[in-house]
Amino acid sequence: MNQKLYTFNGGVHPDVHKAESNATPIRTMPLSARYVVPMRQHIGEPARPVVAVGDRVLRGQMIGAAEGYVSTAVHAPTSGRVVAIEACAVPHPSGLFDLAVVIEADGEDQAIAYQPLDWRSLDPSALRNRMRDMGLAGLGGAVFPSYIKLNPGAQKIHTLILNGAECEPWITCDDRLMRERAPEMLRGIEIMRHALGCQTVLIGIEDNKPEALAAMRAAAPAEIEVVAVPTMYPGGGGKQLTYTLTGVETPTGGRSTDVGIQVFNVGTAYSLYRAVEIGEPLISRVVTLTGHVAQPGNFEVRIGTPLADLISAGGGMLPGASGEIIGGPMMGFDLMDLAAPVTKAVNCLIVKNPKFFPIKPIELPCIRCGACARACPADLQPFEMYWYSRAKDFGRAQGYNLFDCIECGCCSYVCPSHIPLVDYFRFAKSEIWEREREKRAADLARSRHEFKAFRLEREKQEKAEKFAKAAEKSKAAASSNADPTAPADPDAEKKKAILQAALERAQKAKESVAPKNTENLPPRVQKEIDEIEARRATVEATTETKE
Amino acid sequence: MISAILVMAAIGLVLGGILGWASIKFRVQDDPLVEKIDAILPQTQCGQCGFPGCKPYAEAIAKGEADINQCPPGGADGVNRLAELLGVEPKPLGEGLEAKPKSVAIIDENTCIGCTLCIQACPVDAIIGAAKQMHVIVASQCTGCELCLPPCPVDCISMQVIKEDVVNWKWRYPIHMMKRAA
Repeated sequence: MNQKLYTFNGGVHPDVHKAESNATPIRTMPLSARYVVPMRQHIGEPARPVVAVGDRVLRGQMIGAAEGYVSTAVHAPTSGRVVAIEACAVPHPSGLFDLAVVIEADGEDQAIAYQPLDWRSLDPSALRNRMRDMGLAGLGGAVFPSYIKLNPGAQKIHTLILNGAECEPWITCDDRLMRERAPEMLRGIEIMRHALGCQTVLIGIEDNKPEALAAMRAAAPAEIEVVAVPTMYPGGGGKQLTYTLTGVETPTGGRSTDVGIQVFNVGTAYSLYRAVEIGEPLISRVVTLTGHVAQPGNFEVRIGTPLADLISAGGGMLPGASGEIIGGPMMGFDLMDLAAPVTKAVNCLIVKNPKFFPIKPIELPCIRCGACARACPADLQPFEMYWYSRAKDFGRAQGYNLFDCIECGCCSYVCPSHIPLVDYFRFAKSEIWEREREKRAADLARSRHEFKAFRLEREKQEKAEKFAKAAEKSKAAASSNADPTAPADPDAEKKKAILQAALERAQKAKESVAPKNTENLPPRVQKEIDEIEARRATVEATTETKE
Repeated sequence: MISAILVMAAIGLVLGGILGWASIKFRVQDDPLVEKIDAILPQTQCGQCGFPGCKPYAEAIAKGEADINQCPPGGADGVNRLAELLGVEPKPLGEGLEAKPKSVAIIDENTCIGCTLCIQACPVDAIIGAAKQMHVIVASQCTGCELCLPPCPVDCISMQVIKEDVVNWKWRYPIHMMKRAA
């Protein structure tokens, strides 16, 4: 059990504020009247709604199917009726609306028949498909579809790391979950281990959570190591925890899988257990409600519960609240609309007050002290990236490995000039992404335009060729008519022969057909026939002369 | 004295020969200027610059026949990047040209008579349809060039500005509290 630990550079020690919410057990939220379930709760393509307005749905019924590879399903959190499929407020820093299925709960909370799975006898690929349909996504905050992470692919995964560090201040949902549901969580970890086929399993928990450490150690079998890591923000960052536990650095621009290590959040392991061994899709998660509320604590919340209902469950806001944060104070964002629901990504809701969240001081000029570089856990130079991002010189900012920034906020935290460095980096990143999107669109337009030009040219050529052929033919026909003594080409000769044969056949047929009912006719009819014959004869004669 | 001159001359000749050979053998095929300019242009193929497409405009810029500020879809950003590439001063967009928000064309299906005129006008073949059949625009391939608007005999095509959603939303430039305080 004497695991050697490594120390990454940088990091900060903000006030943890864990005691506010980690003293009470996880409470179950009462049912809400209305649930708003967004279709885009994970990284990648949004789910495609598979229900219609007016449908009755049951708890755990799939209401959005995974669309594309990087996607996962979405399920109804309770039984009720679908009342709308429309753009609704979602927890997103922009405050923009996004497509969601709105369910009016009927209060019966009737579930579909859950089907537990015998995962030991199932091959990993079938297990992964099951996870995709169960809507599993990483609950640590990045919400990457879990079934993709459980696909070892070409890279052999030798180590599985369970992230229970929970380094962000105020958040305690993983802490409570580990204290209360460690045995179930470990069964989830067993399933992960089976799917990845890896030997080593490490569970990293910060040493400021002794109860969680004890609970996990009590539940863990001998071959799974529970490691206490020093409390240091951002020790729970995937790359940072990997380094602390193994001493392996994740290559720049890469993932930990590139070095054979896969990292999961402990909450994901618990949801995986529920999905596989109970058969319940991801329809609830533990959310920390803390800050300026009457009864802070952790709640087991159905996905889609409006955040306003969560605050009421915690006794409501105290007077003097000054806003809400989704996620932690270091990496979270300000909530725009309390009608937005809890999604798979929401791990914490902090109600702000001016005491703990004072108005940000005025930004002062950079004094080039280098404090940000010393605090950066990704070994970057934030001040360089800041200058170039601020000047909108994105190419140079990227040259300083802007995309290795994990947006942890340590640089902004230590900056003596109160510069919101991370805001600049987020701005620069989204501008670069936009440019890349535009470049892809331009490349597509260029190739399509070039193909159109090529197509028009080809059609013109084909037409010209056709005309040329037709002209040649008519010329040849004209020349053979004009000069009968000229040697006729064998083709024309053949055609003539065929024509002649056809004419003869027609002639013969005409002759062989004997007129019917021509005997014993009354004189009137006979006369008529004679007249007709005479007319025909004259016509034939004239046509012959014409020819 | 003479031998020294001869030796130096011989060395000069040999080295010169090697350099000459190397300059032919290891010549780097530099990207032609037209390609570089074309890579900056937005490929809308709208013809607002007065040339029939982005490539002809790029060729004209390379020859010095056209100014760098004739491309409204590229906007001020595009002009700046062209200026940087060509080593000239950036300038505002040409007279009568203005950058519009990014849009896509939408066909009103109730009005469309299926005449195929817009299909012929589309520079990127982003319109699907056939004679007397309803036409539809593939939004993901539409460059927003507006070339399909004039040929339509029933005016059933309209331009719709692309709305901001949670996918194409961008973080804003941080507000300068310094400036606000000053």
